[in-house]
Amino acid sequence: MTDTPNHRWLDDPILTVEHLTMRFGGLIAINDLSFSIGRGDITALIGPNGAGKTTVFNCVTGFYKPTEGRIVMRHGKGAQEAAVAQATESGEKWHRDAGGAVFLLERMPDHEIAQRAKVARTFQNIRLFGGMTALENLLVAQHDRLMVASGYSIGGIFGLPGYRRAEKEATEKAVYWLDKVGLLDRADGPAGDLPYGAQRRLEIARSMCTDPRILCLDEPAAGLNPRESAELNELLRYIRDEHDTSILLIEHDMGVVMEISDHVIVLDYGEKISDGDPAQVKADPKVIAAYLGVDDEAEIDVPEVRADLSSARKEGEA
Amino acid sequence: MEYFVQQLVNGLTLGSIYGLIAIGYTMVYGIIGMINFAHGDIFMIGAFIALSTFLLLTTILGISFLPLVLLVVLVVSMAFTSAWGWTVERLAYRPLRGSFRLAPLITAIGMSIVLQNFVQVSQGARVKPLPPQITGGITLMEGSSANGTIQAQLSYMQIIIIATTLVLMVGFSLLISRTPLGRAQRACEQDRKMAALLGVNVDRTISLTFIMGAALASVAGLMFMLLYGVIDFYIGFLAGVKAFTAAVLGGIGSLPGAMLGGLLIGLIEVFWSAYFTVEYKDVAAFSILAIVLIFMPSGLLGKPEIEKV
Repeated sequence: MTDTPNHRWLDDPILTVEHLTMRFGGLIAINDLSFSIGRGDITALIGPNGAGKTTVFNCVTGFYKPTEGRIVMRHGKGAQEAAVAQATESGEKWHRDAGGAVFLLERMPDHEIAQRAKVARTFQNIRLFGGMTALENLLVAQHDRLMVASGYSIGGIFGLPGYRRAEKEATEKAVYWLDKVGLLDRADGPAGDLPYGAQRRLEIARSMCTDPRILCLDEPAAGLNPRESAELNELLRYIRDEHDTSILLIEHDMGVVMEISDHVIVLDYGEKISDGDPAQVKADPKVIAAYLGVDDEAEIDVPEVRADLSSARKEGEA
Repeated sequence: MEYFVQQLVNGLTLGSIYGLIAIGYTMVYGIIGMINFAHGDIFMIGAFIALSTFLLLTTILGISFLPLVLLVVLVVSMAFTSAWGWTVERLAYRPLRGSFRLAPLITAIGMSIVLQNFVQVSQGARVKPLPPQITGGITLMEGSSANGTIQAQLSYMQIIIIATTLVLMVGFSLLISRTPLGRAQRACEQDRKMAALLGVNVDRTISLTFIMGAALASVAGLMFMLLYGVIDFYIGFLAGVKAFTAAVLGGIGSLPGAMLGGLLIGLIEVFWSAYFTVEYKDVAAFSILAIVLIFMPSGLLGKPEIEKV
């Protein structure tokens, strides 16, 4: 793979995962995984079932503490090597300076990752607050700011002006996103009563209400029909282009992946087997091997695979 | 008739106290799904702090203006009892939150024993009396019966208790429905992990829930002390069990349910002792609970738990 200078994940990475290893007892879910995500890119993380994609998400968003490795989130331009080194040395969870801020996600608890490092995520299964209205779901996502504005709720009871203003802004933002995902007319109904596709969109809207720098979506297109899937693509492009939010998604639908991604990372058995733009990855023989299995006489240009195959054949003959 | 009205007033007063304690059970259950068996003892601590503050202000500092004294006592006991509630959660429950289901239940019982014994040792085991502070009242009705005249009286103390409970209930309902904290609590109730990922500080929200519950229990403790005039280290047990029953009766996890359950338990107890026998009043209250649970397993206002796959 040639390093062309216009790859944003090399020049201006927003998130870097370095030597990430996650073990569960004796099981190695992720083994020494390193990759970068470009600022303003839509990056797809793909791989066969059980490759460790969701585990990567769980490490990035603080669900799991990685066994080893460093996960760096950057606000502000460039790789900020000095700041990253300084933060790592200091034992602090983050480092802020004039050029921006770097966050070491593996040191931070999940709510801080959401609040400070501005990483948002959705899950494979829908996790809306079903008993609350669609609007309230989006307001919960703006909790921290409202909490401070309301003077830890005292202002909320008495309706103080400062809190009223903050609440109004929060509501405006929620309404903006409800409008974007086409759910404005369902704002005051329980979120749990929405149809499946609408719940998916509402989840993305809710994540966007946390003002994320990076949005991690775990199989956002799962269970969507083609029309809904196309709407989703449009929504994701809109988020990337208009909101300065990078997107990392896990997806099995190759149509979606190839269409909207700027960058594709392929995992298999907890290791990275390919990394590049969609065209490169599509043509990568290792990816084909991982997805389709190895065809006996196929022209696969992977020395290890060839060696394995020929040794297996010899054993068979012997 | 007068007799009935009198019992109704008494029942509502007692029910208010139970309701205030029950809210603490129900909120904690709602948010972390554990039954905080030490909550009754937090109520008892509240009563003791109220008594100490009251005596400090009146006998040592010599303040005799009662409304001022009561206001200060209310604020001080709410503040200190909240601190107790917070500490109990921080020390005994938070470290075990990720543990198996029975662990928090067992520490809660342990915490209850610790608090009781601490108060017994530090304050003595004898009952602490307090002469009635607020006397007088309004006569609602007057009539004659075989034994002479009979009155239905609403004492000022009862007015204070019912009014305070009403104000607190309205305040807390607004807190839950209108404020970001309430929204966060409802969100944590449904999906704690997701709430954390949306930037809600779950630990802080849970702590605040315990603080709110303890503050309400301390108000109940203060009112209990003023109403009955005697407290000891053991009052938390029975009041706690009754309030827990109230929370279950109303539907545990539901705030209006806790209040309704409290009032019902109070009324049942009072009416049973008024018309039948005093000895069996607890039996009556618990029997009603058993009957309601047979026909409505999630309580009167509780939502049935639907497991979605």
